[in-house]
Amino acid sequence: MGALSRAEAQERAPQPVTIDLAEVGVRALNAELHAPTATSYEVLHPHGAHSIAAGVHDEIDVGVRGHAGYFCAGMNQRGRVVVDGSAGNGVAENMMSGSVRVRGDASQAAGATGRGGLLVVEGRASMRCGISMKGIDIVVGGDIGAMGAFMAQAGRLVVCGDAGDALGDSIYEARLYVRGRTGTLGADCVEKPVRDEHLAELRELLTAAGLDHDPAEFRRFGSARGLYHFTGDHGSY
Amino acid sequence: MKDPAERGLRESATFDRATIAAIQHAARTGVYDIRGWGAKRAVPHFDDLLVLGASMSRYPLEGYRERCDTDVVLGDRHATRPLHLDIPVTIAGMSFGALSAQAKEALGRGASEVGTSTTTGDGGMTDEERGESKTLVYQLLPSRYGMDPDHLRAADAIEIVLGQGAKPGGGGMLLGQKISDRVAEMRTLPPGIDQRSACRHPDWTGPDDLTIKIGELREITDWEKPIYVKVGATRTYYDVKLAVAAGADVVVVDGMQGGTAATQEVFIEHVGIPILAAIPQAAQALRELGVHRKVQLIVSGGIRTGADVAKAMALGADAVAIGTAALIALGDNDPKYAEEYEALGSGAGYYDDFQDGRDPAGITTQDPELAARLDPVEAGHRLANYLRVLTMEAQTLARACGKAHVRHLEPEDLVALTVESAAMARVPLAGTSWIPGAGR
Repeated sequence: MGALSRAEAQERAPQPVTIDLAEVGVRALNAELHAPTATSYEVLHPHGAHSIAAGVHDEIDVGVRGHAGYFCAGMNQRGRVVVDGSAGNGVAENMMSGSVRVRGDASQAAGATGRGGLLVVEGRASMRCGISMKGIDIVVGGDIGAMGAFMAQAGRLVVCGDAGDALGDSIYEARLYVRGRTGTLGADCVEKPVRDEHLAELRELLTAAGLDHDPAEFRRFGSARGLYHFTGDHGSY
Repeated sequence: MKDPAERGLRESATFDRATIAAIQHAARTGVYDIRGWGAKRAVPHFDDLLVLGASMSRYPLEGYRERCDTDVVLGDRHATRPLHLDIPVTIAGMSFGALSAQAKEALGRGASEVGTSTTTGDGGMTDEERGESKTLVYQLLPSRYGMDPDHLRAADAIEIVLGQGAKPGGGGMLLGQKISDRVAEMRTLPPGIDQRSACRHPDWTGPDDLTIKIGELREITDWEKPIYVKVGATRTYYDVKLAVAAGADVVVVDGMQGGTAATQEVFIEHVGIPILAAIPQAAQALRELGVHRKVQLIVSGGIRTGADVAKAMALGADAVAIGTAALIALGDNDPKYAEEYEALGSGAGYYDDFQDGRDPAGITTQDPELAARLDPVEAGHRLANYLRVLTMEAQTLARACGKAHVRHLEPEDLVALTVESAAMARVPLAGTSWIPGAGR
């Protein structure tokens, strides 16, 4: 399912429990989120703290009112996390399910190794966005940095802006969509034709992310599958 | 053919028969050799050390009778649920994928029978090994194949793997013949491809980031689980210091003799340092930080006997890990499969083609028929027997040195047979007080 908008989340849980990180630490926050006594939470004064809402495994809403540090919503399962700010390194790393929305920018390795769920970065994402992704869907409203989708195995990465150099290096079966310009393509990453099924899944992903770009504006990239078997021919195995 | 030596033929020390065969293979195929096992070359090892039993100046304990404890607590620095193992010999990480499900189950059964831990590998956690392992360490590797927070929570400890002794700086390999449907599904990969595991972690870079990563893992598991950091032995002194600074509860150092399921031969034989050279560096780093015995040190890479266990602990380890030896105990390289090994171009005692997936013993394979040859119950008993022998041998040597716990062994209980091993292990050359390099 798609990430909920803030209004939708508030409608679902009109009175979120407030946890102020100026008063308690991340450990106390996560202890509550791992055994939730409510269905909706609001985290105040995050001030870039690390591991906010890491390891959530229930269907709860968590609104982070400010910037988050590293590994926000790491390994999320079923939770719906919204960061009203930017997120540091590895936001939603290894996410299994649920959704994470970053209203600002995301630092390196956004959605790294994610196996499911939807990560939306409304702003830009830095290097290694979607690195080793394993089934997660990632939609970035702006640009992504270099080495996006490095060794990406499965899932979809949608970039509404530009993609930096070495996109999709050593990619396996993930599908990449870029609306803007691309830098160099990484080893074994190639542009591929956009067919109807790709337009359909793009439309679905953009809708889930709350973006109204025309799917026809995107190009598709994926694996040439030339590195799937070790040989001496390419000299790099 | 008559023995070449009897015919007066002389083999080149530089171009010996294995070297000639390697050149011929490279010339014929144009690809380098990928194999399993660990370094086969001779390097300074525990055999180059001797234990000084008690005599006039030390008081021995009675063998077989007097108490000599072997238990070890791992990870009590930060974790609320540290591990309590009955013996200081653990089972190293080996993946499902590299090994059959039966072999993983057998490792769990054997380890559990004698009260020690086993470890997952670069392929996620299987139900078989979780079910049969009383104490299971879950590895977090660069590839993150099958990484699942439910498994993190189901594990008894977490091991962040930065490298292994067989290939420090290198990622893993699993060739297509072993990527069965089940393995492919667990790793989210297409079946049958030659797979490369990443050589560096995807979401952190350097020791400062590692500190934060460890913090995340503690948060996800509510600070219950001990967190290990495993490194291949290279710049061990610095690596151990950085691992401790990053917050590790336990540091695992794997020497160059440590095994692998599939790595380039050139990597196995030429990268890393012997475990003998690594342990004193690790112990020094821990002592300088004031955390020796508080952050526990597990060492691996060529542990074969209770003597190896005792010597490793005397040099400063809290526990050891075995991999290759554990597979041998399960049935790897068993002479009863001699003809089949020879049909594969190898021999019992030489077989190292773990990458090939055709292991007659059913251990390093995903072939259902071959894997079915390994009875996990019987193989588990064999491993348990072997672990008991290792432990009793280590106790025997510890008692001879007057120690009521194997952990009380110390460098003063050792001497070296060679100048090289004296320098590496930092114990005196036998019959002298000379430790080459000491005092610099």
